[in-house]
Amino acid sequence: MLLGEEDCINEEGEFVINIGPQHPSTHGVLRLKVWLDGETIKKVEPHLGYIHRSIEKMSESFSYRQFIYITSRMDYLSAHMNNQACALVVEKALQVEVPARAQAIRIILCELSRLSSHILWFASAGLDLGGVTPFFYAFREREAINSIMEETCGARLTQNFMVPGGVITDLQPDFPKRIKEVLKQFKDNYHEYNEILIGNVIFQNRMMDVGVLTKEDAIALGCTGPVARASGLSCDIRKLYPYDGYEKLKFDEILVTGGDSWARCQVRMAEMLQSVNIIEQLIDNIPEGEFVAKTKNVLKLPKGEFYQRVETARGELGVYIVSDGSATPYRCKYRSPNFANLSAIPHISKGHKIGDLIAIMATIDLIIPDIDR
Amino acid sequence: MTNEELKNNITQVFSAVTFDETGEFLNVIIPSEELLPFMKVLRSTKEFNFDYLFCLTCVDWKDHLMMVYFLNSKTHNHTIVVKAKITDTINPQIESVYDIWKTAELNEDEVFDLFGVKFLNHPNLRRIFLEEDWVGYPLRKNYVDEHMIEL
Repeated sequence: MLLGEEDCINEEGEFVINIGPQHPSTHGVLRLKVWLDGETIKKVEPHLGYIHRSIEKMSESFSYRQFIYITSRMDYLSAHMNNQACALVVEKALQVEVPARAQAIRIILCELSRLSSHILWFASAGLDLGGVTPFFYAFREREAINSIMEETCGARLTQNFMVPGGVITDLQPDFPKRIKEVLKQFKDNYHEYNEILIGNVIFQNRMMDVGVLTKEDAIALGCTGPVARASGLSCDIRKLYPYDGYEKLKFDEILVTGGDSWARCQVRMAEMLQSVNIIEQLIDNIPEGEFVAKTKNVLKLPKGEFYQRVETARGELGVYIVSDGSATPYRCKYRSPNFANLSAIPHISKGHKIGDLIAIMATIDLIIPDIDR
Repeated sequence: MTNEELKNNITQVFSAVTFDETGEFLNVIIPSEELLPFMKVLRSTKEFNFDYLFCLTCVDWKDHLMMVYFLNSKTHNHTIVVKAKITDTINPQIESVYDIWKTAELNEDEVFDLFGVKFLNHPNLRRIFLEEDWVGYPLRKNYVDEHMIEL
């Protein structure tokens, strides 16, 4: 499996190299074994497991209140959405009615972390292709969002704010004011994002016609999220299977038909504005009332199987729980969006140059802890 | 198609199936030897057209293993869950569905790694997360490890 056991050049004259696990463009510890003919990619094979923690096995020994917290460590940029999926599956099984205030708080925080995640994608996409300045532009807004998270949830990344029945605590009094400040800052600065990176001709040429994923392949490979929507596949869970009151909100599902890296950039840039739009609809209309529904201290799910999906910043996250009627899950499976999106990389990078592989990985936007779980 | 129509149409094609409607989705339980022809029918028949395999996993029920496939059709927007029972827990094996849905490749690698189910005709079956010489399959209920701590 490891290189070095035989020659790096195989019988067919192909050059075999490792990209990662410590390469900065892999955004974590992913190793891609790449077969090259000159500079042209013949084959890519992902090797995983460098931070495999067996979260599914751990979940089997946690109670239904505890297992939510470990999911913040899967896709750490969508921690709110991961927690929400787990809270929703427990609520669905126990038929708990979530208060309207809790639903509004959940949506605001989820859209805020989707915005923050796409901002980080913008930062790292620029960095991967050799532009350092976009990183500092993006972190200016991301820092402001993280400060709100810290004031509201007590943590900047692993927020752990959702609990079965609602949210863990009420909002701080100047929450709406702080959100409005951040949204104003983001909207004032959004044009700079377009000017410095998206409108840059060098960046556009690196992205256009690179890594084209057709709609049929996106379905067959199980791709979801911005990656699939860039291929024209309608797959937004917020629209298809609404949860937590998304059906009452007005927002667009961004669909682009190009399927190349450039299309994926456009989808993410447009989704940032949609998230802002959703937050603005809610921020002045947060209903008064309870922030959490009353539930028993020890939750016991009825015997059976439950599946809940949510739209994270990277696609469809599914939580599949098999319950035997006890206080812990019998089997807990996370259908992770990144694991499916990863299988697109070997498929779409064939025939491209090795520099384009970095551009493709930048726009697929993988989070490795979510793949390894 | 509604669950009722799906049920009727599937019974016409395959008589050896049983249904379970207790959950959110329609569950179809099929003998593991007939899995591949059944899946091919679900994918290629126009009325079903299940083109999107969105979750593939396995559940260890101690005396048998249950493969679980969540299928959705992007054109008709209907969903079913196909389950295949594997009774041999010592040397479990089942046909791979990689030829029908490409997303199955990595998912089946994961099930092989963590449950030990061998997929026949899989293009590259390997231990995807753990080391190649790892002993045992961690998501099995009878798995023991010297590092595991009893809570």
